[in-house]
Amino acid sequence: MNVVVAKTGTGRALGDAFAVARDRLPGKGAISDLRRQAFEAYERMGLPHRRIEDWKYTDLRALMREVLPLAPQPDATALDRAAGTAKAQAIEGVRRLVLVDGVFAPDLSDLAGLQKGLTIRPLRDVLEAGDALSGQAFTADSSNPMIALNAALATDGVVIEVANGTVLTQPLQIVHIASAAAPGAIVTRSLLRLGRDAVATLVESYLAADGATAYQAHDALVVAIGDDARLDHVRLVEDATGAFNISSATVSLGAHAHFNTFGMTTGAHVSRYQLTVAFAGEGSKVETNGVNLINGKQHADTTLLLDHAVPHCDSREIFRAVVDDRAHSVFQGRIIVRPHAQKTDAKMMTRALLLSDEAEADNKPELEIFADDVTCGHGATTGALDENLLFYMRARGLPEKEAQALLIQAFVGEAIETIASDTLREVAIAAARRWLEARA
Amino acid sequence: MPAVQETVERVRRIDVDQYRYGFETLIESDKAPKGLSEDTVRFISAKKNEPAWMLEWRLEAFRRWLTMTEPTWARVDYPKIDYQDIYYYAAPKPKKTLSSIDEIDPEILKTYEKLGIPLREVAILEGVEPPPGGAPSANRKIAVDAVFDSVSVATTFQKELKAAGVIFMPISEAIREHPELVQKYLGSVVPTSDNYFATLNSAVFSDGSFVYVPEGVRCPMELSTYFRINERNTGQFERTLIIADKGSYVSYLEGCTAPQRDENQLHAAVVELVALDDAEIKYSTVQNWYPGNSEGKGGIYNFVTKRGDCRGRNSKISWTQVETGSAITWKYPSCILRGDNSSGEFYSIAISNGFQQVDSGTKMIHLGKNTSSRIISKGIAAGKSQNTYRGLVSAHRKATGARNYTACDSLLIGDKCGAHTVPYVEAKNSSATFEHEATTSKISEDVLFYCIQRGLSQEEAVGLVVNGFVKDVLQQLPMEFAVEAQKLISISLEGSVG
Repeated sequence: MNVVVAKTGTGRALGDAFAVARDRLPGKGAISDLRRQAFEAYERMGLPHRRIEDWKYTDLRALMREVLPLAPQPDATALDRAAGTAKAQAIEGVRRLVLVDGVFAPDLSDLAGLQKGLTIRPLRDVLEAGDALSGQAFTADSSNPMIALNAALATDGVVIEVANGTVLTQPLQIVHIASAAAPGAIVTRSLLRLGRDAVATLVESYLAADGATAYQAHDALVVAIGDDARLDHVRLVEDATGAFNISSATVSLGAHAHFNTFGMTTGAHVSRYQLTVAFAGEGSKVETNGVNLINGKQHADTTLLLDHAVPHCDSREIFRAVVDDRAHSVFQGRIIVRPHAQKTDAKMMTRALLLSDEAEADNKPELEIFADDVTCGHGATTGALDENLLFYMRARGLPEKEAQALLIQAFVGEAIETIASDTLREVAIAAARRWLEARA
Repeated sequence: MPAVQETVERVRRIDVDQYRYGFETLIESDKAPKGLSEDTVRFISAKKNEPAWMLEWRLEAFRRWLTMTEPTWARVDYPKIDYQDIYYYAAPKPKKTLSSIDEIDPEILKTYEKLGIPLREVAILEGVEPPPGGAPSANRKIAVDAVFDSVSVATTFQKELKAAGVIFMPISEAIREHPELVQKYLGSVVPTSDNYFATLNSAVFSDGSFVYVPEGVRCPMELSTYFRINERNTGQFERTLIIADKGSYVSYLEGCTAPQRDENQLHAAVVELVALDDAEIKYSTVQNWYPGNSEGKGGIYNFVTKRGDCRGRNSKISWTQVETGSAITWKYPSCILRGDNSSGEFYSIAISNGFQQVDSGTKMIHLGKNTSSRIISKGIAAGKSQNTYRGLVSAHRKATGARNYTACDSLLIGDKCGAHTVPYVEAKNSSATFEHEATTSKISEDVLFYCIQRGLSQEEAVGLVVNGFVKDVLQQLPMEFAVEAQKLISISLEGSVG
């Protein structure tokens, strides 16, 4: 149904904010035009609402109401606070690249001694230089207003290139830290290009420094994986509980490539992660797994789109949601098999565990199949913890909360186990454990 | 395959007689002027001798319809319907007032005979004359309400049903004879404002069946309605209302066919079921409207709203459907599980071939405590068709102990068709247990090879595999329908291989 929406006061305010922010945004000429087009695409649709099928369960007009003006450039104190957070939540053995309030912070990042074949640059520099790459970073999806908005307003990000045949020995981590105390929008965009036969591991973390609460993070990640290359990707959303995190990742795979991704959301008041994977070469494999652990009044939405455009590709999705209190978990997963994508093998499994009577879980796994020689399936379950299992454990002397924690751990474990790197798997397990301990 | 010539001939042969019910009956009919306006609504209401409240109800629906827009969310694609280019009422011209079945226009009787539907109850009762088509049902009694274009032409076994207290009659008669029941229940499950097509139906529905099963009565026979569109350029808008009072049981079957024509015809029906405490309604459909020719020309647009309300405790509503016809099918037989311990079932086989488009599924809305539902959907897409399952399972805050099991399987035959699954699973209650699974695949080459090696032709082999695939649903159909449905499935798939 088409709904004509009159422009609201906040909508006009955002238009003005864009006009003001334009000079601050990096990129001239062609990039500037792209930004304007992207903003017009956003303006045509405005904030997505429940009448738009893809946003049926995450009505940003009701949940977010407005897009805030851009957060100011971080000052020295903001950077200090961010440094503290980065240090406190550091992961051993990774190369850290830190963005504070949407601005790359070289002083907090590890840029020394880059391995041969690896280049890392801030997005701002790439855009200002008018590099050929800048166009690629801006492949905006004009059908998604939030990705279009990101293209229009992105202030900075990280551009990572891994040359053909390079096997990275150290995982890379992009750390997004919100540091400003005043609420603002943090709009970032990063690009990762993996050449032929390259191998890399990327961790993305979303954190808040002390005092940062009601900010809005809008991140977009654009990934191109070359032929025979492999990317392991872990994404941890631990934003402040008053914050919004509306992000996306757009991934394209060459032939015989392998992409393993895991996402875990424990933070943010409202979060939405939209992952689009496009198979462009035959014989590729994708594993997309995720966990939502949410409570209070949190709302977490994971939306996947797997586009099998070529034959002989496999995809696997395992998703688990644990929903407590009055939280609301959403999982939408669509598998498209295009007319010539024969021999596609796609499976998706989503399960939700409801821990409270007021919790809500919505699952919408979709199959859209135009080729006949395929094996596709999906499953979805929703339910509470098994009373019999709880009773068994309590009869053996475990307190209720502990028994529940064990069962929940086993429930999400299935998804977490798919993380290839031992270090990162431990990081994810630790994050899940923190959530469970906070609950007890 | 070497037998190219043979294949070509076979396909050609099928084209001619694929749709067995495509003939037309030449009888005079009485039509409302073309187009839709308040006058059309008044005309229909006057034709039916309706009381004033009914006309008001229709006009209110019509006025609301004018303010609505046609929905576009389904995965179907068709040219815009010109609602002013349709006849909204067509009735076979009565030769004189009817007093018994023998006085019905013989042309109409012949039509139903050709379709294999017995209207002559005596013959069946005595088992003298096996029903046409040779279905093994000679000894079973089925009461039939036959709807021809816009009016009901005959309802059989009325006397015997009356003895049991069951009311089974055309809804136009029920409006006059049982206004209290109609007024109480009509529109209580599908309100006039429900959706675009239901609202249109509320304004212009011409006939349909009305069933009321009183408290504690188990309906002594299967009830059945056969819908036939005959007239050119007409739309069919029937309305069915079934009420099962406390502790009663009724099984109802419906079948539908239409002549082969190049133009598209609209069928927008509304079916409302109400099950009170401990009552059970079993509703089976074999839908075989004309699907259009091999180029996708013609065929029926089947835009139907079917909904059952499990209003009482321990009530049960079960939908079984075999969808093989129609150019476009757009229907979601649903259950509102309002009563505690109520249960809903949906068994469906949807087959699409040629250029057919199917967007069908169900909604199970759990409101009461300890409600359960089961969905078994089998979609088969062949030719250049698109087949979508779209379903909703939801448990509301107070629906403690809600339970659902859903299995949707799709089978693709050929590489030009599409099969899609769009389930919505919404749980707002921690004690709800929902399970959903869906698979899509093609017929295994190994299985086909095995069958062909043992002397079956390719088509027979496919038929065998498909029948195995849909077995779970066929078992839910009453015996005589199951046989018919099985034949239908093999007919609809003809020409899809080879």
